[in-house]
Formats: sequence, C-alpha cells, structure tokens
Amino acid sequence: MSVRRLQYEVAGRVVGPAMIALDRWRAQSRRLSPSARPSPFGPPLESTRKLKELMQLHYLQGRYADGAVPVAWVTSGFPVELLRPWGFHVVYPENHGALCASRRLTPELSDVAEAQGYSRDLCGYARGDIGSVLSGRTPVGRLPKPDLLACCTNICQTVLYWYRTLAEHFGVPLVVVDTPYVFGESAPHELAYVEAQLEEVCAAAARVTRRPLPRDALAEALTLGREASALWGRCLATGKHRPSPWTGFDGFVHMAPVVALRGTRACVSYYEHLLLELEDRIARGVGGIKEERHRLLWDNLPIWYRIRDLSTTFAEAGANFVCATYTNAWAESAALIDPAAPFASVARAYTYVILNRDLANRLRVMRELVRDYAVDGLVLHSDRSCKPYSIGQIDLKQKLSAELALPVVMLDADHADPRAYAEEQVGVRAAAFLESLA
Amino acid sequence: MSAIAIGLDVGSTSLKAVAIDARGAVVASVVEPTHPRIEEHTRRVVEALRERLGVTVLPIGATGYGRKRAAADKVLTEITCHARGAFHQLGVLGVLIDIGGQDSKVIRIGEGGSVLDFAMNDKCAAGTGRFLEVILARLHVPLAEVASTAERATRVVPISSTCTVFAESEVVSLVAQGEPLEAILAGLHAALASRVAALAGRLAHGQPLFLSGGVALNRAMVRALAEALGKEPQVVPDPQLVGALGAALAVSSR
Repeated sequence: MSVRRLQYEVAGRVVGPAMIALDRWRAQSRRLSPSARPSPFGPPLESTRKLKELMQLHYLQGRYADGAVPVAWVTSGFPVELLRPWGFHVVYPENHGALCASRRLTPELSDVAEAQGYSRDLCGYARGDIGSVLSGRTPVGRLPKPDLLACCTNICQTVLYWYRTLAEHFGVPLVVVDTPYVFGESAPHELAYVEAQLEEVCAAAARVTRRPLPRDALAEALTLGREASALWGRCLATGKHRPSPWTGFDGFVHMAPVVALRGTRACVSYYEHLLLELEDRIARGVGGIKEERHRLLWDNLPIWYRIRDLSTTFAEAGANFVCATYTNAWAESAALIDPAAPFASVARAYTYVILNRDLANRLRVMRELVRDYAVDGLVLHSDRSCKPYSIGQIDLKQKLSAELALPVVMLDADHADPRAYAEEQVGVRAAAFLESLA
Repeated sequence: MSAIAIGLDVGSTSLKAVAIDARGAVVASVVEPTHPRIEEHTRRVVEALRERLGVTVLPIGATGYGRKRAAADKVLTEITCHARGAFHQLGVLGVLIDIGGQDSKVIRIGEGGSVLDFAMNDKCAAGTGRFLEVILARLHVPLAEVASTAERATRVVPISSTCTVFAESEVVSLVAQGEPLEAILAGLHAALASRVAALAGRLAHGQPLFLSGGVALNRAMVRALAEALGKEPQVVPDPQLVGALGAALAVSSR
C-alpha cells in the first residue's frame, strides 16, 4: 500500500471518526445551554447529525484521495454508478458549490473567476467552482485533483463548457454524456446514441485506472444506486402525511448523499436510517413545523444562502414545503434502472430527468405533486443561475394557477450568488403570498 | 360621519395616510415625502390626523416598504392593500396596475378585493416611478410640468435602454444631439409604459384594467400606458391613496 493510500484510509477510518466523536461530545456539552428564541419548527431531525458526519467524512477523505485512489469530478446528473466499480473517489462540484453558497462564499470565489473573464451571468456553481479551482479556496480544506472529468448534459449545457474549462486547467481527460432533449418520448436512435456514450465512459475509466470494467461491481453499484434513489423517494413520500414529519428545507439538506454518494452502501444505509426516523415521527405525530396550516410546493433549486431565513418566514406563517420538484428529481427515475441491462437502462433513466424533458412533463410532475401531497400553494423560484429550470416558469404559473385555482408566487433570486438577491423584493412577494393563503 | 380607522402607506417616495369613516369613505388624508426616520414621521402624521379629527385612539393599518417600522395594529403588504382599496373604490373585478416609486405591481383582484394573483418587476428600477424621477432630475424638469411638456411632443424619440442607469446616459447623449426635450420625455414615457405593459400582459388577459399609485396622476403616463396596453386603464379615484385606504379598510375589518 502506498503512503498516499495509507493516509486516505487513515483519514476515512481513524481521523474522521475521531473528529466526529469530538464534535458529538462538543455538541452534547453545548446542548446544556437553553435556547432563548421560540422556534416555529418541530424538534430537529436526529439524522442531521449523521448526515453531517457522512459528508464531513467524505470531504475529509477527499483531501487525501488524489494519488491514493482514482478521482473523478462529475456533474449532479452524471450516471456515477458507472464509475463506482473502479473505486473512484467522486467529487461533485455542484454539491461543493451548494456548500460554498450556504456559507456565502460564492461572491468571493466568483470574483476570482470574473477577474479571469467569466461573466457574472454564468451559473453561480460554475463561477464558484472555477474560482475555487483557481484560488484553491474551499470550506472543505482541499479538493483532490481529478484524474477524470465526467459531465452529462441532462441538467444543462453550461456543464459542457464548465468541464472543458476544468479539463484544460487540470490537463485530464473529459468524458461527456450528451443526452438529447426529450419532447414527449425519446426516439430509439436517441437512446442508442446515449448508450454508446456510456460504453465510452467505461472505456475512458478503464484507460485512466488501467483496469478493465469489473462487471459484477457494476451490477452492485447500479443496485445500490437504485435502492438509494427508491429509499429517497420513500423519505420524500412521508411528506404526504399531515403534518409532514420534516420540512422542505430539510429535504434540500438531506438530499446531499443521494446526489454525491449514490451507488455506495453508505448512501443506502443513510436513507434507511432517515426513513426510520421519519416514520417514527409520523407515528408520534411530530411535524417538521409546529403548526402546519398550509402545504406548499417549491419549484427549482433552493436559495442556499437564505434557506434558514426563508424557511423560518414560511414556518412562522404556518406554511411548510411538503414537496419540491428538485428533491423529487433524484427519486423519479430509480425504477428505470435495471442491473441486468446496465447501459440501456441507465441511458433511459438519465435521459428522462426533469430538466431534460419538456414543459408538458414538468406540468404533469407538478400536478401530480400537488394532488399527492395535498398542496395548497406553489412557490416558483426563478433562479438567475439556472436558466433551464427557470425558463417556462411564467407559463407554468399561468397554467397551474388557472387549472388548480391555487395561489402561485414567483420569487426572483439565485441559488448561489446573494448579489442577485433582493431581500425586500423577495420579502414582499413572500408576505403577500402568505397573506393570500391566510 | 366620524373616523373609525387610519391607514398608512409608507412608500419609498412618499408617506400616505388616510382616515376612513364607517362606510369606508376617506374623511382626511395626508401625503408627504417619506422621511428617513419612519417611526418618528408616522407618529407625527398619525397625531396630526387624530388632532384634526378630534379623536384620541383609532386602529391603525400599515402598508408600504416602511410598514414594519410604523406603530400599527395590522401590517400588510401593498399588494393586499392595493387590491382591497381599489376594489372598494371601483366595486368591480379586474387587473390593477400600480406604479410605485420603487416597484411596479400588477394584481388580479378577486371577490371582496382579495388577491388572486400578482406579478412584480424584478430587482431593477426600470418600470418604476424612480425611472422617471431620476431622468427628470437630470433634465431639470419639475414633476408638475412633466405631463404638459410630454404632451407637447410632436414625435417620440425611442429610448432603447431598459435600465435606468443606461437610459440616463442615453438621454444625456440625446440632449447633446439636440433632440427636443418634449420628444425625449415622450420617449421616456413610452419606454416606461412598455415595460409595465409587458408585466401586465402576464395577468391581464382581456380583463378590465385599473391604475393606481402616484404615477397615475401623470396624464402623459396614463396616455402612454393606454397605447402600450392597447386600451386605456381606468384610474382609481385618488390613485395615490389606494394603498393607505386598503390598510385602513383591513384594520377596520370591513
């Protein structure tokens, strides 16, 4: 075993768990001091601690990953299950971007990218990531250098140019999975085109690691990915209960593993644990918020740097986000994956994601969420950073409010960059929306 | 008839206050430029109203950007209050356009003055009263003379910038090119109107259109809007007081 590999293993098995134990002990001693402010929320989820530990360990191990194990940087919509058989340590710049955004670091990272000529009109995740790569600044200590970059255009076209920039910077190979946009249904030749690219992904991974594809491990990763996604779907479905045992914003936070650790056993165990807790809360009648009077749907990415304040504003008015199109996206296509037909089924599952399908599908998904979760109001976040998600929202708003006779409000913001957020504007719209629900 | 409630609309440009009687009619009103010390300003205005009406205590409803800083019994957004006030004045359903100092709103009014839907401008001053204010200051045209000056225009100079800051520099260069003031002003009205009409288009769908807010007092603006919208919006009586009236109605639970 190389020294580097030893460091990687020690970080994951010894240092990480020791740090976590220390944090737990600290948290327990802090718990003795009573909190003064009355909260509109129910008791916090116990799983949040486990989630933090899981992600902390992932990022800690990542610091020592390069040189120890193969490292891949991938987009959130990439079929990561295909890389798991080789034991890649996988970095998600978008997940890292959300972390930077929630710590309000995006502006300073973006400044670095902007100084290099990247426009502020680009996605905040892309600017933040490029700024982080160029400056070496990150809240997680250090991100390992990639051996392989892997991007899938099923979430947007920006990733293509973003990852080409990364490929040039790091001088490592980039594999692209280009997914033709789905109007209605995909044509067989379109799916065949995606399937051929998936085989190329495996060939590239084999070249980088100098090892052939371990077929058994692929079937296992696909099974684990499908299980995690299905469990995530069951966790989300607990929101159908009245009151919902958790908040929509809990959902945004707890989606991290299904995005970043999909295809691993740790991810599956995490959601088994979370599901048990949510079911237990339902059995005990514990809600995500203390008084659930209004059940809302959230569309688009969360506003990471404002998540707590917005959540509180809505909760104080008795409103909880019981479902979201965004969190739902990681539960939708699980059933399509078939470990017996890996490439064909993955091609279909990853082509049929919400952002790669037409507005008619989006409308259908939203209608179903409204019906299944007994929603009585919709909040559409028009996200300056995410054009594919935001385009068409005015039409969606008109259709949904006419068809469902429910109040719908649009909030103009950005998921990562607080410089595109106007407190007063968002506050007035949210308040007027809540007044119309009352 | 005696006053039963006070409504305050603490806007970004002016503070509007009304007192209403049991029928919801305005019995006294005040319009003043908003002072930065909102707590003090609203207290002073309320005291003056009470004194004028000879009453000591009245329930107070507050709305507008500074609503949370006013001592009030009920605090509501401008959207809810404008819908309420306009419906009270007109008694019909339709779509209300309110052009304020800091934002413009389009509100679809339902039964009883409820809000069915609304849209607001994005974080940008284009399409707001501030757009005109900034450029009028640059052109040294007093607010009172805007309408009459713009109406004298024999042609309209197109202003292509949709951003207030860029429009200001565009206007400066138009002045330097010797374009007549009237034509530039007419162009500014048309630019603002088209911006607002685009917002209104999201909700209007052939419904009756109403107009409120201080900008509605500008005849040239009403005309420009009529052109951009394809029909003349009905100006709500006392357009500047609609929000304050709605706040007073809400707190008196009428």
